[in-house]
Amino acid sequence: MVTNVYPKTVLYCGVCTLPPEYCEFGGTTKKCAEWLQANHPSVHAKLYSQEAIEQNLASLSVDAQKRAEKDSQKKAAKAEAASARAAETRATSKILIKRIERNKRKYVTAVQGLEAFDLDIKKVAKDFGKKFATGSSVTKVPGGGDEITVQGDLSDDIFDYIVENYKDVPEDNLECVEDKKKKKADG
Amino acid sequence: MFKKDITPGAKSKVKSSVQRTIRTKVLETYPLLDPYIEDILPKKSQLDLVKLPDRVSLYTLNTTPLFFQHMDDAILPHLGLVHKYPDAFHRLRIDRGAIRFVLAGASLMAPGLTSAGGRLPNDPEDTEGRYGGKELGAGEVVVVEAEGKETACMVGVLKVGTEEMKKVKKGQACEAGHYLGDGLWGLNLG
Ligand SMILES: [Zn+2]
Repeated sequence: MVTNVYPKTVLYCGVCTLPPEYCEFGGTTKKCAEWLQANHPSVHAKLYSQEAIEQNLASLSVDAQKRAEKDSQKKAAKAEAASARAAETRATSKILIKRIERNKRKYVTAVQGLEAFDLDIKKVAKDFGKKFATGSSVTKVPGGGDEITVQGDLSDDIFDYIVENYKDVPEDNLECVEDKKKKKADG
Repeated sequence: MFKKDITPGAKSKVKSSVQRTIRTKVLETYPLLDPYIEDILPKKSQLDLVKLPDRVSLYTLNTTPLFFQHMDDAILPHLGLVHKYPDAFHRLRIDRGAIRFVLAGASLMAPGLTSAGGRLPNDPEDTEGRYGGKELGAGEVVVVEAEGKETACMVGVLKVGTEEMKKVKKGQACEAGHYLGDGLWGLNLG
């Protein structure tokens, strides 16, 4: 007899977020299995044992097995393509750190393009505010995407902070620019 | 229902009178949650309402999604909650073959439940009584488990009663619901 204690704690996969027993139906099965083995070896041993695999196969007809196999291959290919695409956008995306003059000698710093790097923009804005003890807010940019506006002339500090703290962002993809909208087209 | 990825809309605090109504409604629909309701939805807590696309309301407590509801339809539990209190709900089971269809967002069809690997109430194979002894009618909320798995993979509303399903053995069994890996499951509530 099992004594039930509530709430039950269910383990969720660190890769696909489903309970690990369902990882086999996603497109990231291989990565899921690796994660499980590294983080919860006993669960991995149980789920991926020879016995478990045979039992799974036994409950499906040969035909259904073939279809399921084909389906999961398709899914895996799709997931791979998606992650390749994400890597591609990441490689080509630029983060712009813009120094904007508000009044004479008063500046704000705007940071755009963080979303391509899978960062939680709101959290980054909060971190900026905390780190530099200043106002920091998120606004939507008309062309799509988010912009963080930080009070003060902090371009270089933010550049360093991003390089230091967000390891997924290559330094080459960061660019500091100056925005002087007051002097329009001073030719 | 949530086949696509969704972005949460505006979040607002639920008035305490409304929160009481929700609590009552939840207990009416899921009487077996009664012993745990104070843990799930403490009287003194502040429930939030997050608007989702297509007139779905999601009720969350400190970023934990609890229940969702399409307009004034039945209030349904989020799968995270189902996993915590699995036997507080009416359960059915699909066979292994049906799992990948359900996880791809297809409608749940009767054969997945009436086949050898599936389970409906009063199933002679169900010696533990896990799937209950009471036939369920159309419109009842069901949690769908899967052959060989411990955790549920879907929550939905029955389209036909279980008795009829056993006779007919075909057609759609469930209205589109909430399944593992769908937009609601993947929702980022910050
Ligand atoms: Zn996984």
